[in-house]
Amino acid sequence: MLEIRNLHASAAEREILRGIDLTVNAGEVHAIMGPNGSGKSTLAHVLSGREPYEVTAGEVTYEGKNLLEMAPEERARAGIFLAFQYPVEIPGVSTTYFLKAALNATRKHRGLEELDAMDFLALLKEKTALVEMDQGLLNRPINEGFSGGEKKRNEIFQMAVLDPKLAILDETDSGLDIDALRIVAHGVDQLRNKDRATILITHYQRLLNYIIPDYVHVLFDGRIVMSGGKELAHELEQRGYSWIEERLQAGSVS
Amino acid sequence: MTELEEARERYCADFERFKQKAARNGGGWTYPLRKTAISRFAEVAFPTTRDEEWKYTSVAPIVKVRFRRADPRPEGVTPRTLAQTGAGELAKNRLVFVNGHYSERLSSVRSLPGGVKVESLAAALVNDPAAVEPYLARHASYQDHAFVALNTAFMEDGAFVHVPKGCVIDEPIHLLFVSTSNGEATVSYPRNLIVIDSDSQVKIVESYVEVGGRGYLTNGVTEVIAGENSVIDHCKLERENETAFHVATLQARLGRSSNFVSHSITLGGALIRNDVNVMLDGEGGDCTLNGLYLGTGERHIDNHTRIDHMKPHCVSRELYKGILDGKVKAVFNGKIVVGKDARKTDAKQTNRNLLLSEEATIDTKPQLEIFNNDVKCSHASTIGRLDENALFYLRSRGLGLETARALLTYAFASEVVNQIKIAPVRAGLDDLLTARLQKICQA
Repeated sequence: MLEIRNLHASAAEREILRGIDLTVNAGEVHAIMGPNGSGKSTLAHVLSGREPYEVTAGEVTYEGKNLLEMAPEERARAGIFLAFQYPVEIPGVSTTYFLKAALNATRKHRGLEELDAMDFLALLKEKTALVEMDQGLLNRPINEGFSGGEKKRNEIFQMAVLDPKLAILDETDSGLDIDALRIVAHGVDQLRNKDRATILITHYQRLLNYIIPDYVHVLFDGRIVMSGGKELAHELEQRGYSWIEERLQAGSVS
Repeated sequence: MTELEEARERYCADFERFKQKAARNGGGWTYPLRKTAISRFAEVAFPTTRDEEWKYTSVAPIVKVRFRRADPRPEGVTPRTLAQTGAGELAKNRLVFVNGHYSERLSSVRSLPGGVKVESLAAALVNDPAAVEPYLARHASYQDHAFVALNTAFMEDGAFVHVPKGCVIDEPIHLLFVSTSNGEATVSYPRNLIVIDSDSQVKIVESYVEVGGRGYLTNGVTEVIAGENSVIDHCKLERENETAFHVATLQARLGRSSNFVSHSITLGGALIRNDVNVMLDGEGGDCTLNGLYLGTGERHIDNHTRIDHMKPHCVSRELYKGILDGKVKAVFNGKIVVGKDARKTDAKQTNRNLLLSEEATIDTKPQLEIFNNDVKCSHASTIGRLDENALFYLRSRGLGLETARALLTYAFASEVVNQIKIAPVRAGLDDLLTARLQKICQA
């Protein structure tokens, strides 16, 4: 589904991604872990088309198409969803209104009819239950005055409504208390299926107690320096990122 | 002779021709007032950008045009053409003025309680001077404002609304001003007098639209006298075309414990100057002045507001928001004066501007003059562009760039629109803005 080859990207003339290779297939959950400044969020932003990151080398294909040439909205309509690390507050636009426009843009792209008001409301009701979200929040301006947990739940709720093929979750677990984390993780886990691929970007291992990944990759200084199964996450948790650093310096990481 | 002097001579000479007509029409008692006003105009003349109050707005484009006073019997405006402006069916009670003159044929006044007067000012000047004379031109000062002076000298018609004590009117009253022309540049001087006695409640909408009019000048004055404990909801919608000149003053005097809300929505015109002045002249008065101005092309939009807190415990809230595209120049000047007796004043003023293009400009100037220590006053003004993070957020969910821009711009405007309590006005404006913003954001 997603092929990343030798991806280099920079921001403000500083190279942040320095040769990423990653293949993600339908049905798989990949966790990307790494310390602060390793390039995790930059990777999420480059995949979703956010400026001002500049891709200086490499390629990314999504379902056989050159992803890097697609505008952010084209990526979204083609089934890519980014759950923001810091969801944006948008005064004056209700979540309901916005999500209806978003869903219908995607449905139109897929050759489906627009949902009528009744079906749309039924869909909202079903998906709010998934993340235990108060339906009253839907009629408020997007994320305005929401708590951190409510914002993250709103992200997963939007993901559930938009039903993406590839979900990229950028530190969705960061800053959440354990109850909120459980709800958010449960929501993501429920959305796992054989057609959907998920990239979980996280700083902490604890999310992976709730969502068991198929693969774990360690991102360090703009490169994936280690890949493995779910046990790699536990090892990282026990030994810390300094363990990676030491192994890198010893030249023993392959 | 300079252009300004030539214009002054021209208007004074025109007054000599006009005064016989004014006397003939039966409003002869207004002659001394008109005479004083034109004399004052001759003294102050048109402002230049050297005048502090006109620093960012040059009226040269108005001064140089030889406007002819608009024809009292213009043809071609029918209920059908009115409906096409989208302003025709706003309310059951509507007075329609074509080029500033009352049109009985197009107006309809239904469902009003007894004792309420909603009629042509021209008729009231003749038939009901006792009701008009105590108020007319006693609030909108022509001493230092050339356009108010000219309006006072040349006024012929407009709306006279009088609501007696203790009368609550739910249905809005719509004053609809339509401009039309046969290619000639004309000037009209609409004059509205709105007198609301104590304990009464009323909703008034002023709309300015055009049906084929081009290059004309509307020089309007509206006086509102709010009695004790009255509640007035007022909205002015200016949506003329890109050739129209529009200069208008709204002057309100608020009595004790009265509540005045006025929205000023500017969506059209080539050169617009709105003066909104409120005098909080009784204890516990409450006023909200909101504005929304949307400009494209090369328009010039100037909003001047002044709130005088004269008495204790008055509250004023002000929110003006501007959306500026193309080469639009906009001005916001908001003055709040707190008099020495006005303790416990609570005044808050906000002006926010959204620039959609590189070339649009705004001059924004808050002014607080406070002569009492026991007050709470604040002001804020901002100038910004669409939030890139918000744009990206919307796009990352599948909304196209244009749709996302239009949605965020609409959201910016909605803070003002949502405060309009007159439902049909709010709904109509909503539709109009949505369509207008989609167009702007596509360009």
